[in-house]
Amino acid sequence: MANHAGNYTPGNGFERWLDERLPIVRFSKEHLMDFPTPKNLNYWWTFGGILAFMLVVQIVTGIILVMHYTPNVDLAFASVQHIQRDVNYGRIIQGTHAVGASMFFAAVYIHIFRGLYYGSYKSPREVLWMLGVIIFILMMATAFMGYVLPWGQMSFWGATVITGIFSALPIIGEPIQILLLGGFSVANPTLNRFFSLHYLLPFIIAAVVVLHIWALHVPGNNNPAGVSVKDNRDTLPFHPYFTMKDLFAIIVFMIPFAWFVFFAPDILGHPDNYIPGNPQVTPEHIVPEWYLLPFYAMLRAIDFNVLFINSKLGGVIVMGGSLLILFVLPWLDRSKVRSGSFRPLFKPFYWLFVLNFIALAYLGAQPAEGVYVVIAKLCTAYYFAYFLIILPLLSRIETPAPLPASISESVLGSDKKAKA
Amino acid sequence: MTEKKTLLAALILTLSLALASAPAVAAGEEPAHAEQQDWTFAGVFGTYDRNQLRRGFQIFQQSCSSCHGLEYIAFRNLSEPGGPQYSEEQVRALAEQYTIADPDAEGGEREGIPADRWPDPFPSDQIARDANGGALPPDLSLMAKARSIHLEFPWWIFTYFTAYQEGGADYIYNLLVNYHEAPEGVEMQPGQYYNSFFSGHSIAMPPPLADGMIDYEGEGTPETVEQYARDVAAFLQWTADPHMVHRKELGFRVILFLIGFAVLMYLVKRRIWRDAH
Amino acid sequence: MATASETKATRRDFLYIATGAAGAVGLAGIAWPLIDQLNPDASVLALASIQFDLSPVAEGSTVTILWRGLPVFVRHRTPEEIEEARATPLADLKDPETDEDRVKEGHAEWLIMIANCTHLGCVPVGEAGAFDGWFCPCHGSVYDTSGRIRSGPAPANLVVPPYEFISDTIVQIG
Repeated sequence: MANHAGNYTPGNGFERWLDERLPIVRFSKEHLMDFPTPKNLNYWWTFGGILAFMLVVQIVTGIILVMHYTPNVDLAFASVQHIQRDVNYGRIIQGTHAVGASMFFAAVYIHIFRGLYYGSYKSPREVLWMLGVIIFILMMATAFMGYVLPWGQMSFWGATVITGIFSALPIIGEPIQILLLGGFSVANPTLNRFFSLHYLLPFIIAAVVVLHIWALHVPGNNNPAGVSVKDNRDTLPFHPYFTMKDLFAIIVFMIPFAWFVFFAPDILGHPDNYIPGNPQVTPEHIVPEWYLLPFYAMLRAIDFNVLFINSKLGGVIVMGGSLLILFVLPWLDRSKVRSGSFRPLFKPFYWLFVLNFIALAYLGAQPAEGVYVVIAKLCTAYYFAYFLIILPLLSRIETPAPLPASISESVLGSDKKAKA
Repeated sequence: MTEKKTLLAALILTLSLALASAPAVAAGEEPAHAEQQDWTFAGVFGTYDRNQLRRGFQIFQQSCSSCHGLEYIAFRNLSEPGGPQYSEEQVRALAEQYTIADPDAEGGEREGIPADRWPDPFPSDQIARDANGGALPPDLSLMAKARSIHLEFPWWIFTYFTAYQEGGADYIYNLLVNYHEAPEGVEMQPGQYYNSFFSGHSIAMPPPLADGMIDYEGEGTPETVEQYARDVAAFLQWTADPHMVHRKELGFRVILFLIGFAVLMYLVKRRIWRDAH
Repeated sequence: MATASETKATRRDFLYIATGAAGAVGLAGIAWPLIDQLNPDASVLALASIQFDLSPVAEGSTVTILWRGLPVFVRHRTPEEIEEARATPLADLKDPETDEDRVKEGHAEWLIMIANCTHLGCVPVGEAGAFDGWFCPCHGSVYDTSGRIRSGPAPANLVVPPYEFISDTIVQIG
């Protein structure tokens, strides 16, 4: 909380001297150690800590990979093979970075869907939520550019298709695409700038993460009951309660992570990316990595013109809109009740939304033909309807279940239930 | 509590489906039925069979290497642990049989040494095409990772839990054993061969194997196309993933450590939280 | 009562210490690959030891080869050069070392040394200088026919790399 009382007293002369000049110890104590955190947070809340851990993993392994990687169309593929075959522990470090991207997105999706269920985007956490959406978009851009670097067939054709999105814009589209590529097709200039930006963006993400945590520490955490913190009986200091809980969750999270890195490092990737990029042959199916599939499905679902908007531009608008709509979500869902646990009508629509999102991921991997196109259109429609129609409507007609009077009461209540 | 469990179940389902959906189609380019083999290197406990790798290397040398390269394999790899493990002297003798283009050497070429990569059979891609009726024989070092087989739903979901990554070796095996006479009514273009497994059934590579064509020198291993295909597929799996054995050994230690550490952390967490209520 | 709470405290301490130790082991386990990847990789190590065929090197000539990225002189010395090197009294040397110590027994005609001047790393010019050995053009160090420093700023003799004769004509360096 913004107004929590700092109880830091400098222990000795040096600490007092430092505290007057750079109150870093005071800051750490207030924000990392003593920060009052709702005691009823469940394990879905540990994914914030897991995500911070994943960002560090990706930055550290990435910096190491750059020591051995060569960003040149003639050498990039071979340099990745060099890393996998010759560099000490290269296969493990490269595998960690590649699998890490998937684990990072798995964690971020859980984090986002947790926020959607417990209403973490609602007042007073709108800015916190919007910063999160920015991080998510930056992550997608970073992941996409990173996927281009090994310069396999999927890298090359993925880059071609995704930069083609920009050509959909009227008039300025084509010049922008040429500007992005540094040429008329994906080639060495494209690889070099993607490499540069792929190295830069994680640090920008880290900076936005700092803002995200800052914005978290002003109102404090939301919690599964969704009711605000009333007094200090509702909270526990962040350390040691939540540091140890998060650490435990991170270790558990590392088990499936290590499983993939050591036993199946390529299973989340695509066989075609072990063929060097070839501008003359397109693979039979181009699919993005799994974590981009739902949005890719929405891009492809629009195969019809609307007035002066052709289908290509329409697809781009829908895909862009599916992300941008998250920014205005706090103002679409006007329900005063945050937690989905106390919203009987909200729950089925929420779970349908989750299933719908999985269905979109599945459809993104299927060929765009026949019945798949029809289902993809329906799923896209539901994705938007959930935000634009269902949530605004529910907030008017729904009668929420009675809320617990406070967090400590909800904790006691669930204890009673558990004992019964 | 049930609600939390539903939430958990749904999220696990979400992830497994989302994770699984990409490769499902990735492998989809090969709709023909693929016969999966019982590989020694499959799964978490799998390791390469040294004798099989040596047989596979023999097939590669005698049947494949006249047209296909092995760009990412150096002679020295053949003596590394976890592979065919020839002795260093054998590898040096083998490398000396090959001529390596080296602009710094007298006359532009020299004898091979263990540090050299496997020399390409053709000096350039265009020369390779000209020698093979316009088709470029692909490099084989990564073939076992660059191909896969199509698994029906829900079988591919299990591959995440069994760590089955041997679709590429299965692909190579099935390709090599499925050369047949073209069925009636199917006209083959000159220079094309009928293969019931290959996408489109028409392949530019002539059947590379025949029963008894390679002598396994009294090992007692059957000298059949099936056995040859299995052995060379195993060898190519090794060329694509030469440090697999080491990686898996390390993985066991890491995962056992993580499980132990997770248990300790759980106890610590529980102990700390005991005072909280 | 007192003993009970003491046991409790010890058990708690033990848990924390065990977990902390496991964490330290885990961190070290993660740190090691991240550090070891800086070491020379397998393709570099494969060239760390090379074999060289001496038969084409005629008496009185020098061949420069690359070993671990460093230039190496392989000098086929004449009997006069060997004689000259062996006749030099150790007292005349800045970095005393006998010629016998700088070559392999029975192969006195072969002088193999890293071709970087021990002053600041330039490659000296052969068959030059006042001692019929090498002369470094950068700062004027002069080496004799055994590659020993005789005058100039260099502090030490040219370095002899580890090598051995694996047959009469083939040496393995490194």
